[in-house]
Amino acid sequence: MLKAIHYINQFFGQVGGEDMADYEPEIRTGTVGCTQIFNSLAKDVEVTHTVICGDNFMASRTDEALARILAMLEGVEFDIFIAGPAFNAGRYGAACGQVCKAVKEKHGVPVITSMNEENPGVELFHKDMYIFRGGNRATFMKQDMEKLAAFADRIARGGKLLPAVMEGYFPRGIRHEVFLEDIGREPVMAADRVVDMMIAKLRGEPYQTELPMPALDRVPVAPAVKDLRKVRLALVTSGGIVPRENPDRIQSCSATKWGKYDISGLEKGFTAPEYKTIHAGYDPEQADRNPNVVVPLDAIRAYQREGRIGEVDDYYYTTVGTGTTQGEAARMGREIAAVLHERNVEAVVLTAT
Amino acid sequence: MCNLTNIAKTVGVNKMVPTVSVPYPLGNPQLRPDDEWALRYHRTGVALDALETDVSEQTIFPVKI
Repeated sequence: MLKAIHYINQFFGQVGGEDMADYEPEIRTGTVGCTQIFNSLAKDVEVTHTVICGDNFMASRTDEALARILAMLEGVEFDIFIAGPAFNAGRYGAACGQVCKAVKEKHGVPVITSMNEENPGVELFHKDMYIFRGGNRATFMKQDMEKLAAFADRIARGGKLLPAVMEGYFPRGIRHEVFLEDIGREPVMAADRVVDMMIAKLRGEPYQTELPMPALDRVPVAPAVKDLRKVRLALVTSGGIVPRENPDRIQSCSATKWGKYDISGLEKGFTAPEYKTIHAGYDPEQADRNPNVVVPLDAIRAYQREGRIGEVDDYYYTTVGTGTTQGEAARMGREIAAVLHERNVEAVVLTAT
Repeated sequence: MCNLTNIAKTVGVNKMVPTVSVPYPLGNPQLRPDDEWALRYHRTGVALDALETDVSEQTIFPVKI
């Protein structure tokens, strides 16, 4: 029998309604309110403690609430963490996501919750945890709890977990290699599947892609820089130009790291072999001969000497853009952008290979 | 500044300056060093001009060399 802890809000914890939404986090031994339903359904998992927190307390004092809940869990043994179901309650959904994420990061246990697809918590947290597709209001309590309990039981038994769509949780954006026969499907080879898909498409019949394209972020166009002589400009690249030793050991492929390196002394641009590329997605011969063909620091310096532009940031920013997932690229982009903001950079020339 | 402007457009880049190729965006080993420099200087200059230009939609800035 595995032990679980269940997180619920003030309402489902039977503390009170909206007037009690500032209720401080609290841990109780045993089950409270809807938690009993879970225990009546699950066969190999038992909720031993219930954490209750008011939705407003979690929303307005998030860091404090999470710290207090994590402190309450110190010394409590548990194998699985469950939150909700949150239905279509926005604050509750966000709270379930935040608590699950914090618990997963600290304890490394499976975390499971349930929300309606309209709950903003799905968009915020579906990549971080199992969020089961739930009903839009509390009348779905039993059905949603059944899904959570059944999945918790399967984790407890160490059973093979199926793809998100088959299990019923929102896809986390993780791809596994599977054999169709292992997930109870007819083994049809990829070439046949793709031709079937194409025929269905040509006939205007429905078909299901196996590689859905991620939804793309659209970024509003930044206003023009009024005068480049009066702002600080920085160079950024996904072309993998690094100091010869690659001091941060940025990966040559599927990068998860980026680096920032001092170029304040390079008045005529990059020099070789002091700088080179570690990008494994293109022939490095030309970039290693002259790294300025990837990051045009020599031309930027020329414009600077001519007075066309003013200050150039003391650092350039670099990573490798081959095999890099959009998720990792977006994270690195945000991190680099934050540093650029801190350094008062107002214009960027980014070169991609 | 990139060679694969179609991909840049697909992923939502707003201002694009075409480059020469993937392995040498701003170079060309077939050119004499002076001409290669002129190309890099020109296209980097187009990128600087692009930064100072207001656009209302995704835009590819043309290059002459």
